[in-house]
Amino acid sequence: MTTASARRFFWYASPQTFYPLAGKLVPVFGLAAALLAAAGLWVGFFVAPTDAQQGEAYRIIFIHVPAAWMSMFIYLVMAFWAALGLAFNTRLSGMMATALAPTGALFTFIALWTGSLWGKPTWGTYWVWDARLTSELILLFLYLGFMALQAAIDDPRRADRAGAVLAIVGVVNIPIIYFSVQWWNTLHQGASVSLKSAPTMAASMFTGMILMAFAFWMYSVAVALVRVRCIIRERGE
Amino acid sequence: MSEFLAMGGYAWYVWGSYGVTFALLAMEVVLLRNRSKRHETPS
Repeated sequence: MTTASARRFFWYASPQTFYPLAGKLVPVFGLAAALLAAAGLWVGFFVAPTDAQQGEAYRIIFIHVPAAWMSMFIYLVMAFWAALGLAFNTRLSGMMATALAPTGALFTFIALWTGSLWGKPTWGTYWVWDARLTSELILLFLYLGFMALQAAIDDPRRADRAGAVLAIVGVVNIPIIYFSVQWWNTLHQGASVSLKSAPTMAASMFTGMILMAFAFWMYSVAVALVRVRCIIRERGE
Repeated sequence: MSEFLAMGGYAWYVWGSYGVTFALLAMEVVLLRNRSKRHETPS
């Protein structure tokens, strides 16, 4: 990082300067989310073919997989901000972590809910205590625990530090979720998409899934920015 | 249209997933909008 860009980075690390920038970015990310979701749903329902084994039930994939990805990704970003705040004592970092938690919890719940509704027709049960499902449920409890802990502490700076410790310890659960289908014999299927090999599904199914993943990503950025602006105001910055 | 809505007999599972997802995301947007408005100060 050059000195100039480093200075710019730290300039925006101050809540007062970040606040108007976040306000300008919200409509951009919001619009991107809407357009990507429209494209993703169109591909998911009208372009992607019916699955030979699962019929139309598989179309849950277009929200289930992106939501599950976001649930893990948001946690990593949240823990990153929390760690940054703990290390450098920057106020905005803690606020970013706080702003991400409810959206992360929401996507975790959506991943569990849609997984449950997908499990019934394909596995014959809404729920099973296998490694993937259980570790994802623990992720939901980590988010809720983080939010409850922060809500229980009046001093926001102390709440940030306490939450940060919880968030960082909880990171250990993310690789457990991700690799659970390899480490344990689970009912949940393995990854159909990986960085190492071509996806094992029709191209249009993959396209719909990626479009929805980007839509959820842009949505998460937009709502997190709105929430961090609320937090900046509420803390009287 | 009705064939589309029937989702090959999986309507409850597919629309139950999409419906709850959309409702929750819409709820988050509405709650955040209210929270933003609550302490909007003319600047």
